[in-house]
Amino acid sequence: MTMSSEDGFSQKFEITGRDFSNAGRISTSIKEILKEIGIDRSIVIRASIASYEAEMNVVMYADRAVLTLNITPEKLHLKLDDEGSGIENVEMAMQEGFSTATDEMREMGFGAGMGLPNIKKNADKFKISSIPGKGTSLDIIFCLNKTEKK
Amino acid sequence: MSQYFHSIRIDKEKCDGRMKCMRVCPTQAIRIRDGKAMIIDEKCIDCGECITVCPHDAIIPLTDPFGELSKFRHTVAMPSPALYAQFGREILPEKILSGIKKLGFDDAFDLALTCGEVSFAIQEYLRGYKGPKPLISIACPTVVRLIQVKYPELIDQLIPLEPPRELAAREIKRKKSKELKLKEKEIGTFYLTPCPVKMISIKQPAEKGKSYLDGAISISDIYGPLLSAIEDTGKGSYRKELENICILGVGWAMDGGICRTLRLKNSLAVSGLADILKVFDDIERGNLRNIDFIEAYSCQQGCVGGSLTVENVYISYNKILKLIETLEYEQIKACPDIREVRKLYGQKYFFIRGKFEPRPLIPLDKDLAKAIKKRKEKEEIYESLPKIDCGACGAPECITFAEDVVRGDAELTDCIFNLPQKFKELSKEFSDLLDEPALLSQTKSGAKKISKKGKAIK
Repeated sequence: MTMSSEDGFSQKFEITGRDFSNAGRISTSIKEILKEIGIDRSIVIRASIASYEAEMNVVMYADRAVLTLNITPEKLHLKLDDEGSGIENVEMAMQEGFSTATDEMREMGFGAGMGLPNIKKNADKFKISSIPGKGTSLDIIFCLNKTEKK
Repeated sequence: MSQYFHSIRIDKEKCDGRMKCMRVCPTQAIRIRDGKAMIIDEKCIDCGECITVCPHDAIIPLTDPFGELSKFRHTVAMPSPALYAQFGREILPEKILSGIKKLGFDDAFDLALTCGEVSFAIQEYLRGYKGPKPLISIACPTVVRLIQVKYPELIDQLIPLEPPRELAAREIKRKKSKELKLKEKEIGTFYLTPCPVKMISIKQPAEKGKSYLDGAISISDIYGPLLSAIEDTGKGSYRKELENICILGVGWAMDGGICRTLRLKNSLAVSGLADILKVFDDIERGNLRNIDFIEAYSCQQGCVGGSLTVENVYISYNKILKLIETLEYEQIKACPDIREVRKLYGQKYFFIRGKFEPRPLIPLDKDLAKAIKKRKEKEEIYESLPKIDCGACGAPECITFAEDVVRGDAELTDCIFNLPQKFKELSKEFSDLLDEPALLSQTKSGAKKISKKGKAIK
């Protein structure tokens, strides 16, 4: 699971689509890691919300994904690459309230169309790209260097 | 010495390192060192789980002995409403309170009414609150400590109102000292407690103030004498006694009781630490924002499930439930005056004096870059371990052991799976030594020493 990079800590997590029973576990692990390292409380909150939303997006819409956590003294980087149907219209998906969730998902309390906008809102930097029919990639970045905050 | 006081002590004579406590601890605060259990003070939240599982009663809850009463000129006992669930159906609070007075207390105070006031005050607080939700009840001191240690992000969601036992002690001291012309410190206020954690909430309140209570006496210690004292009091009128019971207050004895008696719509009741962890994880992720209020108790079913109670938890839970149902059915409203409560609420009567401060775990290193490096080392160590969580090293899980090593609190060779490796290294060193002809003549005795040492290690 561990991948060593030069001066940072890296860990890869695999997420399986439709695996609702384990949903949320990865964002909890990420939160624990951030606390152990002693990342600022406000960043821990934002990063756990963002990673949870990202994790849930995979569980609900994709087949599988790899979420890579990378921490250096400068930044906290969450990179998500999923395999699945991708997003037809990224611009629309970024709008609050837009959702393609099924009734069943909505019944479980998901699908309010807040997922991606919420990730963007909580991150310092956010990038999304998607190829319909193949998958979606997200780059979610938090600045740890206090002067560099957004 | 540590800066934290705990209500739990380990009897080294009785402890034989069976590891049951280490495995059950929800915050991984117990290690076995030299065959005996020890508690890591910073991590302990005083939940008392270890007390319950210890097969040798080697973990001792610290509560006050009866003798403490003689230190005061006037003593008042305040039983937790959970005490009311420890007896048969026909023994109602009034009888229990008069029984308590026979045991040497000058007075016995029914906390249910104060609980009712605090219930109303919670309602007021919920009404005016605009911050992130859900709000979390402070009834259980373990839950407050769990949030301080493990969920510091949720600390502002704790309702900053005094728990009923503190409020009642404050008021009793004020009133009685005037009435009896004594100093406040000459009035002894004692809580009859269903769990050991209330004891630390007295010795060391979570908000760093000073408790108004002077001590806590275990319900299990007082039960026997109390039972015989009650038998002497004779039969009263059941219906008449019911009329004095505050339904809101009785609810504090069981999980969900506050929500139910206040008829809160968007509320959630949870008990048992494992389930609380799940719910708090959910709150931290920003879920459950549609919930207004969470009632959480570390003991199963709430205070009736405390480790210092005597009755079976399901029976006592059911007794409280039935009592609430009866009071609802009979439409008994022995509750505080809500207008009066609102007035007091406006005067800040209910609020805690201090502030809940986080008690987050110490990061791997103060320096971010070093902490990141150590986290990486921890992962590498963990990968090298057998990952079977055998506990033989003295840590509950391989991952906690890896962390102990990185923090410098354990040696890699404490893991029995690393011993063959260590042994190999030793024997290689030894054979290298043999290969050096110049030393050969001198090392015969040395060789014996090493092999003996090897045997001792096993």
